[in-house]
Amino acid sequence: MSNTTVNPLPLTAKDFATDQEVRWCPGCGDYSILAQVQKVMPTLGIPRENIVIISGIGCSSRFPYYMNTYGMHSIHGRATAIASGLKATRPELSVWIVTGDGDGLSIGGNHTIHLLRRNFDVNIMLFNNQIYGLTKGQYSPTSEEKKVTKSTPFGSIDHPFNPAALALGADATFVARSMDRDPKHLQEMLIRSHAHKGASFLEIYQNCNIFNDGAFEIFTEKSSKQDETVFLEHGKPLIFGAQKNKGLRLDGFKPVAVEFGKEFSADDLWVHDENDFHKASILSRMFDNPREAEHLPRPFGVFYESFRSCYEDEMAMQIGEAIEQKGKGDLNKLLRGNETWTIA
Amino acid sequence: MFNSTNPMTRHAEILNDVVIKFAGDSGEGMQLTGSQFTNNTALLGIDLATFPDFPAEIRAPQGTLPGVSGYQLRFSSDMVFTPGEECDVLVAMNAAALKVNLKSLKKGGKIIANTDGFDSKNLRLANFPEGVNPLDDGSLGNYEVIRMDITKMTREALKEISLGTKEKDRAKNMFVLGFLYWMYNRDMASTVQFLKDKFGKKPEIFESNMKALQAGYNYGDTTETFTTTYKVEKAKMHPGVYRSIMGNQALAYGLIAASQKSGLPLFLGSYPITPASDILHELSRYKSFGVRTFQAEDEIAGITAAIGAAYGGSLAVTTTSGPGLALKAESMGLAVMLEIPLLIVDVQRGGPSTGLPTKTEQSDLLQAYYGRNGECPMPVIAASTPSDCFDAVYEAARISVQHMTPVIFLSDGYIANGAEPWRFPNANDLQEITVNFKAGLNPDEEKFLPYLRDEKLARPWAIPGTPGLEHRIGGLEKQNVTGNVNYEPENHQLMVKLRQEKVDRIADHIPEQKLDSGPTKGKVLVLGWGSTYGAIKSAVAELKEEGHAISHAHIRYLRPFPANLGAILRNFEQVLVPEINNGQLIRLIRDLYLVDAKGYHKIMGIPITKTELVAELRRYL
Ligand code: SF4
Repeated sequence: MSNTTVNPLPLTAKDFATDQEVRWCPGCGDYSILAQVQKVMPTLGIPRENIVIISGIGCSSRFPYYMNTYGMHSIHGRATAIASGLKATRPELSVWIVTGDGDGLSIGGNHTIHLLRRNFDVNIMLFNNQIYGLTKGQYSPTSEEKKVTKSTPFGSIDHPFNPAALALGADATFVARSMDRDPKHLQEMLIRSHAHKGASFLEIYQNCNIFNDGAFEIFTEKSSKQDETVFLEHGKPLIFGAQKNKGLRLDGFKPVAVEFGKEFSADDLWVHDENDFHKASILSRMFDNPREAEHLPRPFGVFYESFRSCYEDEMAMQIGEAIEQKGKGDLNKLLRGNETWTIA
Repeated sequence: MFNSTNPMTRHAEILNDVVIKFAGDSGEGMQLTGSQFTNNTALLGIDLATFPDFPAEIRAPQGTLPGVSGYQLRFSSDMVFTPGEECDVLVAMNAAALKVNLKSLKKGGKIIANTDGFDSKNLRLANFPEGVNPLDDGSLGNYEVIRMDITKMTREALKEISLGTKEKDRAKNMFVLGFLYWMYNRDMASTVQFLKDKFGKKPEIFESNMKALQAGYNYGDTTETFTTTYKVEKAKMHPGVYRSIMGNQALAYGLIAASQKSGLPLFLGSYPITPASDILHELSRYKSFGVRTFQAEDEIAGITAAIGAAYGGSLAVTTTSGPGLALKAESMGLAVMLEIPLLIVDVQRGGPSTGLPTKTEQSDLLQAYYGRNGECPMPVIAASTPSDCFDAVYEAARISVQHMTPVIFLSDGYIANGAEPWRFPNANDLQEITVNFKAGLNPDEEKFLPYLRDEKLARPWAIPGTPGLEHRIGGLEKQNVTGNVNYEPENHQLMVKLRQEKVDRIADHIPEQKLDSGPTKGKVLVLGWGSTYGAIKSAVAELKEEGHAISHAHIRYLRPFPANLGAILRNFEQVLVPEINNGQLIRLIRDLYLVDAKGYHKIMGIPITKTELVAELRRYL
């Protein structure tokens, strides 16, 4: 071996920043997400040239310009389909998709669900801010009912999507939720997304301070976060509350919140099992409006993880088998076919 | 086993040119019968052209007029360039098939009528008035009617086979095929082999087809009423080894060849659509060539997945027809902006909207030229015959990867499903396609500049996985050279002009336009593109034979046009542009070269015929 090889210095977050001026509004939740991604990337042990970030259109989709990796800022809704083609042909690349609630669930909703069912080994980061930011403030497919926006002066009559439930419905093999305001948790979820073999769907609650400020405040602010959220940890009971004195139980298929006391202790709680699809479905449906009196806390963390073969691997396998059985294709044989005749 | 027992008693008449139309219910296997007879003909070195005519519905109600499926085959000891106009022989499996096709039968032509298909039910379904049977009422006096109860005779031949009547009746088409093989003095080995390959694992089906085939042959051979058989001699074609090929198949082979010669793995992203789906079917079979086919969730995913694959370094293709091309428009714009290689294949059909899915038309040329937002130039290349799909798509691939641009390739339903003999090339003789990915930063480069161009104005193809070339591209306007997002007015103007100039410069890298036939200057030039090739060639040949000075040029490179096209046009007093649309190439020609070209437009979902064109051309001579 050559002794001139120097081990490259480990990369840092700085190595992933570009010379492009970041153009999100000051205070936008996207800044935090970018910072966490830049922090996490060097820890994943992937050569920088093997990372590709593909986005669609929307505020979040500017993301690739700020990451010093390979990147494509494509067209509205299609990042998932572009990523599918790239991953199908270059399985060794680490492919990340940046999309939003409009990009990934409205105009590109079709590609999102099909990518999930095919289970390409890529990572979807869906920045959900429940609004159209780039087009200046129309309601999105995740906006709550009755929301007054530029395009719904009398309140929205659209029923919103529940992204985690949608992803589970499309047979996603990894479904998680995090938030811009919890850097540590977000980093952890990014690492888990990357570690998952298969399509990972990570919904990130992101504050658009210009058009939908405070949409997730109740989950992110210190004063209410503990009582309004439950952080999922595999093998651990579902405990929440500022005093860590509340938890979730299953009453049949119905999740109920209980307080510890005479009747229940931490031992009686629902223990989170990431690999249980049915329980993950119930968790994904804990989607109550936190402003209503009787409501359950909103789950964050990994709802579900399972394993099945990835599209790109199956594709490569079929090609490998065909070559094994028939030998590498011979162009002359193909062109000649089975039946020929000669004209002298 | 399959030879005639007493061939000497029959007189074999030598014919020069024959057109047969096989027509029956869409479930009766007429396409298969036609293609089997075609193959058999091709193997004898007889030249041929075919024209399958499918109903729009998969299975329209049995016995009805819309349910008729046809397959026209012309074969000749001369070279032929069209599937012919009037038929010499019409195989009518039922009354509807007769009704739909009678108008295209020559006076004095033969009708092979399956009498069972003319029972009262079939007559009613074919809208014949109560009590009228064309086989009996003397209305076919101008034709030679050969009545055969094909259904009955097939059942009879299969009486020892334990299949149900429905299954047995499926072999009717083989009876007809056997009869025609006898009639045209053929050896049936090619079909026997086909049946073996297809039904080898289903012995009963295999046997029933074989028996029906043989019974049809024997019927001709032993029935005294048929006194004459026919023979068409080998055609005088260029010496060489030939095979039979269909348009979509040739297209698929051309893509595989381009992949092999360029060393780029082939990726197809496609959504099923008539008449392009066969390319997807064909390519999905060739995994041993490393071909990756991706049946996408929609047209847009088909092209955008291909964009992803191209970005990763594949020879990426998407295939579609007119409505799909419309859906792909925005994505094509992205590919133009990204300046990456990509092939968009449009097998045209009648439009607008869903239009005429199974009929042919050349009406997407202007869509290919202009159908995108913004100034969005892309090269356009068109095939003119089934086998030409191979060469033309190979060229499209070459241009795409060497000039770093998406390319639109136009075929149409007529070319896609038509078959013809093909003097296939040797892989070694195909033009090399050299592709160089950018391997890393050059010693004098500090930073990668993704939009730094070469003399062709092509930018480097830098694929993910290459250290040092990490860069971002996208659909927003690019700054010249750096590729950074840029909204400056001067830069936008420059970039629009550069993208146009890049496409224009391709004219320096394609062959000059040649005349297909005729003098280089003179009175009339017939200018065509795409599938009108055969009709124009035949019409011009006929008029030349009569002593007229008339020339024919057929354009493969539609954007940019070959550099000398303008000069050619100026050498003629009249330029006539026949098209299967309402006038598209003609607009481009008039716009670009200011020539007072005249159009001839047939928009009926069927090809222009030689006779129509000869009549039209006479007006200019
Ligand atoms: S509009 Fe909203 S989402 Fe977009 S950059 Fe500004 S704050 Fe962020």
